[in-house]
Amino acid sequence: MTLPKHAAVARPNPATGGTQAQGDAIVAVPLRHPWRISIAVVLVFLLALFIVDASQRPDYGWAEVGKYLFDRRISQAAWVTLTLTIYAMIGAIVLGLLLAIMRLSPNPVVKSIAWLYLWIFRGTPVYVQLVFWGIVALIYPVFTIGIPFMTPWITIPNDVFTNLYITAVIGLALNEAAYMSEIVRAGLLSVDEGQEEASTALAMSWGQTMRYVVVPQAMKIIIPPTGNEVISMLKTTSLVAAIPLSIDLYGVSRGISAVTFTPVPLLIVASIWYLLFTSVLMVGQHFIEKRFSRGTGRRQAGPASESDPGAAAMTAAPMGNDLGGKG
Amino acid sequence: MSATPMVTADRISKSFGSNNVLRSISLEVQAGEVLCIVGPSGSGKSTFLRCINHLEKIDAGRLFVEGQLVGYRQKGDKLHELKPKEAALQRRDIGMVFQRFNLFPHMTALENIIQAPMRVKRIPKAKATLRAMELMERVGLGDKADHYPAHLSGGQQQRVAIARALAMDPKLMLFDEPTSALDPELVGEVLDVMKELATSGMTMIVVTHEMGFAREVADSIAFMDGGVVVEAGPPRELLGNPQQDRTKAFLSKVL
Ligand SMILES: Nc1ncnc2c1ncn2[C@@H]1O[C@H](COP(=O)(O)OP(=O)(O)OP(=O)(O)O)[C@@H](O)[C@H]1O
Ligand SMILES: [Mg+2]
Repeated sequence: MTLPKHAAVARPNPATGGTQAQGDAIVAVPLRHPWRISIAVVLVFLLALFIVDASQRPDYGWAEVGKYLFDRRISQAAWVTLTLTIYAMIGAIVLGLLLAIMRLSPNPVVKSIAWLYLWIFRGTPVYVQLVFWGIVALIYPVFTIGIPFMTPWITIPNDVFTNLYITAVIGLALNEAAYMSEIVRAGLLSVDEGQEEASTALAMSWGQTMRYVVVPQAMKIIIPPTGNEVISMLKTTSLVAAIPLSIDLYGVSRGISAVTFTPVPLLIVASIWYLLFTSVLMVGQHFIEKRFSRGTGRRQAGPASESDPGAAAMTAAPMGNDLGGKG
Repeated sequence: MSATPMVTADRISKSFGSNNVLRSISLEVQAGEVLCIVGPSGSGKSTFLRCINHLEKIDAGRLFVEGQLVGYRQKGDKLHELKPKEAALQRRDIGMVFQRFNLFPHMTALENIIQAPMRVKRIPKAKATLRAMELMERVGLGDKADHYPAHLSGGQQQRVAIARALAMDPKLMLFDEPTSALDPELVGEVLDVMKELATSGMTMIVVTHEMGFAREVADSIAFMDGGVVVEAGPPRELLGNPQQDRTKAFLSKVL
């Protein structure tokens, strides 16, 4: 067996060695992917057909779309949808955090109350829940909020639940809290026990340990699914019609189309707004995820890889050998 | 010695359910001394360390650090459990180093070190940072302050963990098998830092399997097995002339 001579032994650091020839560069015919290209061509063609066709079909009413896209009523409704989403998510996150801590509590009573909450709110459709909250003002002249079956924290007079906007926020938040609590719980459980122990041994209080050590690490696990929940909530707000609340994006576009008899253009208008919001949320989520993944993962180019010339040389050396071997 | 001992364990016991992990342990460590604890796995070494800074509660006996009862206050003949805040106050003077380092992965080495001084002692960030840099130099990592733990070797992480504990200016340092999770070639750098610490007069309790370190640095060695201190004494006596059969059997395996 004959080996190319420069592949035989460990070589000096290429950065300093300098005298040896590089292996030949690879000149090869790249692998072709004929199917990928043909499928893409077909799909692009079909899409073009659809667009051309849609642009001419009167049902789509593009002129109407243009007219209503920035209609004040629509943009106001979009704002309502956005605030509904934000308030409901804030409520859901706070209540979800509480439920998560309750489920991790050593107290079996507290634990089962949280479990019961989850059982009910995850086990029934959100649409049904919203209908229920819509008629609750009729059932209860005075309504109370609290952990089910315990002394209520807050007594809410009837007029809160006759305010349909607040009813919608509460209804959406109560449902979402069940899902958020599972997300938060998974996040808190994912943090190594040693972290809490080290923090406690450093004389940090439980609160400080949670705030500076456990929660920031749990965030990495909590943020991505929470981002999904926000996006999902934005769309779920369209179900407030069940309450019935009709000042949100979908409700208003439906209202307008009922008068103008042009349902399709208004559906398109609503969809464009929903897409705009979800796109912005996705971008935001990307940056937040990046922020909370500090100190983990290899993707991040820490000072370690920048300031350590030894590491760079080490990875360079075997690569040189491979190329030499093939040359 | 007439001064108050740094640690006094007076017949302390601890069980998890029916598992009696510590059974009437009595030990004394004077200020400035190094005690090494050796013994087989499951003998209760970690549990004993954790009791000293009240990460675990003892069931019986009395444990004192600098003459102060750990975790309780004596009123008349009754013991009252300390509030979390008061327990934390006791822990300020006790540094702990773990087998698996337990650095905070979302913080740089420097941030790891300044956390507790800033949060617990309310030392301003600039001052805490200055002190942290001194400590990083001391453990030989002056140039690694901005690195996240994931980008440090095990030995470097453990040295940061030591610096982090030292940042609280403890009077007592507890080490729980600080080199057991390290690759053999990294053990030396951590032991060197610990030797330097011992030479500087720090009181240390070290659970370890490094007999060479124990022989060289310890003022006394305690051999634990089955939740009791089987035998304790200066390294030369315990390692050179063990009295108990169990000690002999254990040493013949590790020496
Ligand atoms: N939190 C706990 N709950 C229940 N049992 C525990 C707990 N911590 C420790 N134990 C038990 O106590 C015994 C002693 O554990 P400990 O960790 O103190 O031993 P060790 O001497 O440090 O052993 P090793 O050398 O393996 O670290 C073991 O049987 C262990 O299973
Ligand atoms: Mg142990």
